[in-house]
Amino acid sequence: MNADVAKQFEVLQARAEKVRAEQDRDHKIVIQVGSATCENAAGARDVLDEFRKHLAASGRDDIVLHQTGCTGRCSREPIVGVFVPGRMPIKYQQVDRAAVHEIFTSHVLGGRPLLDRVLDGPVEKVSRHEILYCASQRCGWDERTACGVAMEKKLRERGISPDEVSVSRTTCFGACGTKEVGKVSHLLVRPDKVLYRVADEADLDEIIQRHVIEGKVVDRLKVPGKTVGRKFFEIYGDVAFFNRQSRVVLRHNGVIDPTSIEEYFHYRGFQALATVLGRGDPQWVISEVTAAKLRGRGGGGYPTGRKWAMGAAAKDKTRYLICNADEGDPGAFMDRSMLESDPLNVLEGMIIGAYAIGAHQGYVYVRAEYPLAIERIDNAIRLCREYGLLGKNILGSGFDFDLEIRLGAGAFVCGEETSLIHSIEGERGQPAIRPPYPTERGLWGKPTVINNVESFANVTAIVNYGAEWFARLGTEESGGTKVFALAGRVRHTGLVEVPMGTTLAEVVSEIGGGAVGGKGIKAVQTGGPAGGCIPAAWLETPVDFDTLAKAGSIMGSGGMIVLDETDCMVDIAQYFMAFSQDESCGKCTPCREGTKRMLEILNRVTGGRGTMEDLDRLRRLALLVKKSSLCGLGRAAPNPVLSTLEHYRDEYLAHVVDRRCPSKKCKALVHYEINAEKCIGCTACARNCPVECISGTRKSPHVIDQARCIKCGRCFEVCRFDAVTRT
Amino acid sequence: MTASTDNWEEVQATSREALGPAIVEYIDECHQDPAPAGKLIAVLHRVQAEYGYLGAAHLDAVAQLLRVPAAKVAGVASFYHFFRLEPRGKHVINVCMGTACYVKGADQIAARLISELGITFGETSSDGMFSLEAARCLGTCGLAPIVMVDDDVHAQVTPDQVPIILDKYLRQATAET
Repeated sequence: MNADVAKQFEVLQARAEKVRAEQDRDHKIVIQVGSATCENAAGARDVLDEFRKHLAASGRDDIVLHQTGCTGRCSREPIVGVFVPGRMPIKYQQVDRAAVHEIFTSHVLGGRPLLDRVLDGPVEKVSRHEILYCASQRCGWDERTACGVAMEKKLRERGISPDEVSVSRTTCFGACGTKEVGKVSHLLVRPDKVLYRVADEADLDEIIQRHVIEGKVVDRLKVPGKTVGRKFFEIYGDVAFFNRQSRVVLRHNGVIDPTSIEEYFHYRGFQALATVLGRGDPQWVISEVTAAKLRGRGGGGYPTGRKWAMGAAAKDKTRYLICNADEGDPGAFMDRSMLESDPLNVLEGMIIGAYAIGAHQGYVYVRAEYPLAIERIDNAIRLCREYGLLGKNILGSGFDFDLEIRLGAGAFVCGEETSLIHSIEGERGQPAIRPPYPTERGLWGKPTVINNVESFANVTAIVNYGAEWFARLGTEESGGTKVFALAGRVRHTGLVEVPMGTTLAEVVSEIGGGAVGGKGIKAVQTGGPAGGCIPAAWLETPVDFDTLAKAGSIMGSGGMIVLDETDCMVDIAQYFMAFSQDESCGKCTPCREGTKRMLEILNRVTGGRGTMEDLDRLRRLALLVKKSSLCGLGRAAPNPVLSTLEHYRDEYLAHVVDRRCPSKKCKALVHYEINAEKCIGCTACARNCPVECISGTRKSPHVIDQARCIKCGRCFEVCRFDAVTRT
Repeated sequence: MTASTDNWEEVQATSREALGPAIVEYIDECHQDPAPAGKLIAVLHRVQAEYGYLGAAHLDAVAQLLRVPAAKVAGVASFYHFFRLEPRGKHVINVCMGTACYVKGADQIAARLISELGITFGETSSDGMFSLEAARCLGTCGLAPIVMVDDDVHAQVTPDQVPIILDKYLRQATAET
């Protein structure tokens, strides 16, 4: 152990704590407002501004405003938290300027929470205490005998009502060491922020008697220290959307201020770096990451430890480290959220990675379309330099490393590592043949390790909480969690972090709340343009790199789009093919020409001009492009076609043979007509028709001029008498 | 910097004028880097941020001052979608065509915008007010479908809101004049 490193780290920690202590937040009422691209889009800036005005007008100095990133509960944003010391933390959803006034006057000043505005509410009453219990079964703990169920029973037997103490399940707190796994469980008591380790019913009785009834902490059972995701559950543990998740990578999202290094220090910030530099053994880092079974989160799933070992073994001593934040998959926004909500965690992971492979210069390659993420990463780099965590002789260890931001410019192919390298070199982002792999010859011909944002974001958790714990969280082949961006036709959209191996049904139905409007889920699209559609019948598939590949899709970077009966699978295939065709860089023929021809065939099919030969040709071409393209873009571009052809061949046949679109999505195959018996002549359709092709006089049936109809569907939507039929 | 052509002084002066002092200063900084050509994309970003697009004169000036072949500058500028080679309207409307937005009806919103404005993607209205563009994915999928006008994000847009949104910017313009 290098004692200098430990000493320097303590000095920095003390410096950060001093700043935090001056704010004296723990004894004040905290109003927390989210701030990330989507929060701001939903109006978070106005909300913050309104709170500022209210706060200034109130003249109170015991109330503070706290800005955080986003929790990933997109459809309910902006989210505002009001934390009164000693009281249950309350979160409000979809707050606007008017709601700010109500929240401020009633709750902050008056002490009366607005129960009808509570996140995922309304709730009838806020209980005095809430006990969250770990219901994770991965460690072998059996839920039937799990402490939570027994706890609830015992409480009610003693006449303690749910109003007073409610009990909810949650997932892993990350508090089990090797010895305890499967033998004990954990309980978190809110709002007191006490985590207990329980082994038997006697422990539960003691907690009820001493803590719940007498109001004293049972020191014997208390788990000291800061466990993973604890603070997150302390704040958000009551929300069903969150408490079924395992927050490891996103443990600070919605908890800390992403622009404050002092807060990051407070939540074990840079402790992992201090551990690593203190040990002074890059090989140890690599072996930990390998033992954690961390696999590349950008979608490839290559073992991160193995990649680092190759980088570290390279002959050339000038090496580079790159963070791939060129999140180009449409429908994916996990990396943006991490960069905007917890940028220092990503940077710390990078510094550790650089130490492991022996790099002294690193780059963050980020999309130009993410201005707020760029701003936050830029700020984080500046703060790190100021604290001596980037630059020369980091923490007195003798290790030098610095970072630079490089902006992408809207080329999807730059997510591919060799293209990304070309882009950093100032060239067009076109791929190169591998091998040589970048770990051998990368940026400016030097060994280069490229990892995705989420891969780096996992590193601190591995070092702080142990490789073994991390590996145990996931499956046999793949450790840890995966963050998904859940969107599309699902009730709760947002970021979902679950252990590898969780089933799709759990993510989509339990956490996501199922399809909107009670329609059936038809498929789940994963992996963006490189992925495929997994049919609803396969929802029990556990999510992992290998299982999704078997189902004909890929894990990808984590986009997960839910499709329902109104979505046409041929149209979806066409959508992705149009994307890949447009993004094909044009370097290799199979991808350049293949995507173009596949798109032409798909256009014919959705346009009602497809033939059976087209379907055979489409399949053959898809397989050829997959096999012979130069880079991942081309090789994966046929996946949406192949997976829909396999699982939804009947829909293709309906388009080709019957000339109809079962989902009524493909315009060329849809036909609108007005049923003269039902039409009362209200003229709504005629007034709304953008091409004025509906004629008829008031109070008499109307008629659509089929020759001029553009099939926009407006008449169908506006008719209140079901007189417009769509076939 | 050494002369690369016999009228270098003249070329340099024209180039400096085309780009303006802030960008020229940045390019000078780039020459401190071991690989100045690697900063080409960063320079183009700055030019676009300043002028809204990359004109032929800008590209030529960047090539001269950064000392990168003009063919390469043009190649890079036209390769990346983010770079625009034509001037844009007063307001840029970006319709997100990401998967989540597409599934939630972005195509209908696009159709409405096209019919309201009388222009298609990549074009600018004749009064110079609006440019219409299709964005890949703006990463705010939870609020789909999204329309971004300049830096303002309009969430969960319906086709009927399109005229209302446009009207807001038109009224702003009238108020300014």
